[in-house]
Amino acid sequence: MMEIVQLIAAWSLPVIIAFIPTYALLMRRVPVYETFIDGAKSGLPTVIKIMPHLVGMLVAVSVFRESGALDLLIGSLNPLLEPLGVPSEFLPMALLRSISGSGSMAIMTDIFQAHGPDSFLGKLASTMQGASDTTLYVLTVYFGSVGIRNARYAVKVGLLADLASVIAALFVVHWIFG
Amino acid sequence: MINVIWVFMLVSGVIVAAVTGRMEAVTNAVLSGAKQGTVVCFGLLSIVVFWSGLMKIAEHAGLVQSLAKLIYPVARFLYPSVPKDHPAMGSIVANMSANMLGLGSAATPLGLKAMKELQDLNPDKERASDAMCTLLAINTSGLTIIPATVIGLRMQYGSANPTEVVVTTVLATFLATTTAVFLDRYYRNRERRRTNRR
Repeated sequence: MMEIVQLIAAWSLPVIIAFIPTYALLMRRVPVYETFIDGAKSGLPTVIKIMPHLVGMLVAVSVFRESGALDLLIGSLNPLLEPLGVPSEFLPMALLRSISGSGSMAIMTDIFQAHGPDSFLGKLASTMQGASDTTLYVLTVYFGSVGIRNARYAVKVGLLADLASVIAALFVVHWIFG
Repeated sequence: MINVIWVFMLVSGVIVAAVTGRMEAVTNAVLSGAKQGTVVCFGLLSIVVFWSGLMKIAEHAGLVQSLAKLIYPVARFLYPSVPKDHPAMGSIVANMSANMLGLGSAATPLGLKAMKELQDLNPDKERASDAMCTLLAINTSGLTIIPATVIGLRMQYGSANPTEVVVTTVLATFLATTTAVFLDRYYRNRERRRTNRR
């Protein structure tokens, strides 16, 4: 199992990086290099836009951790979460994921710094960040854009789906890297 | 919501530090946190710039449309209330494909377009239709194939195997999205049963 996962993981990115330009050039006659540069330019403002969010969030996360408040929270939750196989350091990220994408990203980098990206916690945080989206943001923007006031059960479903993605991430990471 | 959380983290941090006498640690944490935010951003710059370029090629090569063709039958099943040839169907599959390819900046405008076209089909303009709720459920649970940003950050923090999480991410996303679709159907049926009883 582990070997297959490693193999897929190692091959996926290089295969995609080789396939897309080759297909575009040979089958669709796309001027690949110019297109690449054009698209790459649009990456710049994307990153600049999230920088204030990351700075703001990481200051708060770092104050929360260095003051000892995080340890306090983790210590009090540990007896509850440990039997379930949930590392308590993971909880703040899981809670923040549906509310703020840059917030949970800030906690993820904090976990990388404290425990390393290859630790169990680091892999769990990586999976969680990729496996979900910022539910409350998507809800606001999508419904707001067409003036929907009555969201019916959509909020409930969105938040329950986030809970499902937390459980799914825990289950899959335990199963594959356990 | 986010305002409350932000203030809570800062204030509870300062209070705990005051009680345990670790005020200097807080001052240092402000500076190191801000610095970490900037460093992370510059680290992200390299991978996001490269990935945006590559994905632009994918877009121009019509790979979004090819993927859309593949997932069209799935979309028919997910959105039974949308007529087969309605433009909303096209936007819905394009939005799903863009999400899968990690084209976040392309996925949102496509999703909003789908929303607008679903609104044309919606009899009550202030109440979300069934199809709108499904679109939301699928978009909030994420549909990643390659989590490029996460891989970039793992690289930056010296991971020995940054792409190792691709498989776990895809599996977890699949489980979460399937659950979201089930929940969407479940709550819709429950709402219908309740209305019928009345």
